[in-house]
Amino acid sequence: MLEIENLVTEFATRDGIARAVNDVSFELKPKEILGVVGESGSGKSVLGYSMIGLVDPPGRVVSGSVRFEGRELIGLPEEEMRALRGKRIAMIFQDPMMTLNPVLSIETQMVETVFAHESFDRAKARKICLENLELVGIASPERRLKQYPHEFSGGMRQRVAIAIALLHRPALIIADEPTTALDVTVQGQILYEMQRLVRETGAALVWITHDLSVVAGFADSVAVMYAGRIVENGRTEDVLHSPRHPYTRSLLDSVPANNIGQVRLRQIPGMTPSLARLPAGCSFRERCGHADAQCSSMPEMKTSVRCHHPLC
Amino acid sequence: MFFHAGNENQRPLSPSPVLELSNVSKRFSKRLDAVEKFARRLGADVPEHTVHAVDRVSFGVARGEVVGLVGESGCGKSTLGRLACGLIEPSEGQVLYKGQRPAGTQRPQMIFQDPFASLNPRMRVEEIIGEAPVVHGFVSRSELKNYVSEMLEQVGLDPSYRRRYPHQFSGGQRARIGIARALAVKPDFLVCDEAVAALDVSIQAQVLNLFMDLRENLGLTYLFISHDLGVVRHLAQRVVVMYLGRVVESAPAAELFAAPNHPYTRALLAEVPRLERKRREFAPIKGEIPSPLAPPAGCHFHPRCPHATERCAREAPVLREIAPGRLSACHLNG
Amino acid sequence: MKEFLSNRIAATGLAMLMVVIAIALFAPWISPQNPYDLGKLDLMDSRLEPGGKYLLGTDGQGRDMLSAIFYGLRVSLLVGAASGVIALTLGGLLGVLAAYVGGRFESILMRIVDIQLGFPAILVALILIAVLGKGVDKIIFALVCVQWAYYARTARSAALVERGKEYMEAARGLGLSRTRIVLKHLLPNASPPLIVVGTVQVAHAIALEATLSFLGLGLPATEPSLGLLIANGYEYLLSGKYWISMYPGVALLLTILAINLVGDQLRDQLNPRLSRA
Repeated sequence: MLEIENLVTEFATRDGIARAVNDVSFELKPKEILGVVGESGSGKSVLGYSMIGLVDPPGRVVSGSVRFEGRELIGLPEEEMRALRGKRIAMIFQDPMMTLNPVLSIETQMVETVFAHESFDRAKARKICLENLELVGIASPERRLKQYPHEFSGGMRQRVAIAIALLHRPALIIADEPTTALDVTVQGQILYEMQRLVRETGAALVWITHDLSVVAGFADSVAVMYAGRIVENGRTEDVLHSPRHPYTRSLLDSVPANNIGQVRLRQIPGMTPSLARLPAGCSFRERCGHADAQCSSMPEMKTSVRCHHPLC
Repeated sequence: MFFHAGNENQRPLSPSPVLELSNVSKRFSKRLDAVEKFARRLGADVPEHTVHAVDRVSFGVARGEVVGLVGESGCGKSTLGRLACGLIEPSEGQVLYKGQRPAGTQRPQMIFQDPFASLNPRMRVEEIIGEAPVVHGFVSRSELKNYVSEMLEQVGLDPSYRRRYPHQFSGGQRARIGIARALAVKPDFLVCDEAVAALDVSIQAQVLNLFMDLRENLGLTYLFISHDLGVVRHLAQRVVVMYLGRVVESAPAAELFAAPNHPYTRALLAEVPRLERKRREFAPIKGEIPSPLAPPAGCHFHPRCPHATERCAREAPVLREIAPGRLSACHLNG
Repeated sequence: MKEFLSNRIAATGLAMLMVVIAIALFAPWISPQNPYDLGKLDLMDSRLEPGGKYLLGTDGQGRDMLSAIFYGLRVSLLVGAASGVIALTLGGLLGVLAAYVGGRFESILMRIVDIQLGFPAILVALILIAVLGKGVDKIIFALVCVQWAYYARTARSAALVERGKEYMEAARGLGLSRTRIVLKHLLPNASPPLIVVGTVQVAHAIALEATLSFLGLGLPATEPSLGLLIANGYEYLLSGKYWISMYPGVALLLTILAINLVGDQLRDQLNPRLSRA
């Protein structure tokens, strides 16, 4: 349903050209949940924006292809892209207020969203809104529909944003760190609802996060990004339990929950390199314990890992 | 760790806690403005908005101990940290640090969450770290340069960064500068308020390791405030769990994570995303955290608790010892 | 600075402002005539048209307009800048203190500010001048009185934002004294918006002084500012002797424009939300 091939997105910065998304390819089937994991500056959010044509200057998608339901999205006129966004593809952001307008009631906003792509009468549109609020687990939707965003808690706002995203039963949902700002118990609820929604609506879900442990038990597959590239990609269990890329390994080792009781955490030496000044060859080479002469050339993506010396 | 099996001292507090909070409450009220006061005088029912950020909390931290304080937003954990550092005064109760009210340099130092907002943007690193030690006479101006270099090395930063401004550093480096600033006044005790929450996983690991090293080298005591149970589990010897201003459970870390007693602790642990989790349905806890402005009567957790009885809605449970060194505030414990 | 000059309009404004300031500073050396020295004036040369012996013509007393404008600028800028600096210091300190101390001090001070800002500046200034009488010192005092409240309000809101930041808590946690925290931590961080307000307010002050002088209430006629020069030529405007009023008017306009252009750019640049990371 979704096929991404060799996608490249560049940003013109003071320091030069930064490739925030570099030669990224993956596929996604309906009902599939893909977790895109990376640290800040890995390009994971830009990847999300690139897929739906929301990269703002100074950034631009330079090459590659995004095929969605058989249509090529790169180079699609803005008009058609807009018709697709919100209807077949929906986006959920970390801050629900990116979606919600603080001065309009939830009803106005939701009904407007229905009318943006459908021409139902008001009563029917309203009914759809109520159904969707119920779908995301909001109690007494009739009363909630009349309220304004400030009357909702952070978790409830995010649910409303999700309900709006689901209004047109999109085939693809891209979620960028939607639970990062929420409490764990609320995060748990939303992860649960999302899993159920994906099953019930048949949508595919791309879940962008910095938190490896959120992806465990939630996503079907995981793509780990480092410096703009996917360095490892595979079934969640495989990637989290027997990682093959040294970066994934180090990342897992540095999660405190995996290291109970006062042992030193394994730390990755050095810092994430600036995207504008990446080392030649493998971007992780300077921080990797296994690097050798071979690593000064960029490894190909082979059997789901981009490394000359994959771990087993 | 001072919790031994069969501890004769039945009190939960250590025999000589370095930091002791007894019955500490902190209320924040939004003061009525002139119009509201006038309306009140006319007999209108204008409520005063009062938040019980911290509600009768008692606990102690022993020298050298690492205590984790966990809870979700609005539970009062950050307020408690500020009370411990003497940054705010309790509305009731007493905070004692080495037997005295925390003041001057005789207080725990706080490590803050936001690596961007916690450093004065208009000061050079040298001044950020060196200001307080010079003011308090720990070092003379002539020794300052060496002292600052020493502090920077201690937190793993290059001393040549002395003359730079905060905006020239990455988030992880700023966090280290914040730690160096605290260490420069020679504290025995650090209160870390979500100190690694804003950092990337790999940077987080570096900073957590730094905290461990400092503890070993300087004999520091920690109160580690975090919403991240993974971080607390990794570091803490004892864990205190708060919910809406009250302590609901306190136990040695290993015991708490192995067998949580309070239903809230259990729910919290169940929600923590874990790497070893196989694909399964999440069974989320009901509802959301109520507003701290209007907490539910009785046990604050009862509307969300699967085991709540009529008594829970009526009567607030007290924090009682359920096993040596373990406290829980739940009616289910009989 | 580099960034400042990259905006062409702002760079033009800055250049204009530099010229204006230079003229005001060096007026005694670059003016063809000392317009204050009545002995040098020749009544026979009164109301001459621009061009010829006097580049911008002369006024009713035979005073060279160019020289009069140069000297007038000097007075206008002095009054504007002096009142601005005093009001900024006073209002800024009070505002920052209000934010830091809070409580009754803050409420009383801010109510005074509200009342002050509730009256039109020109009205307050007129009353003060009427009571105090003429003179440079008195007009500066009057201008400080009408302006300090703007600075106090701006400083307070900026300081309130800064006060809530963690570095302020850190400073308290390190056991630093209140005076030190206010002066070394709060004030420097709350001042960028003050500087922006300052540039705009200086322009206002100059305009206000010109208005007062135009109404004959500002400075003594022996030291004419731009406003008084405009007033002097007012009666001749209809008889076609436009230059006596117009050239000082243009000078006033350019000065205020230059200050506002610089102020606008400063505002854009000092606003952290607009600046590049």
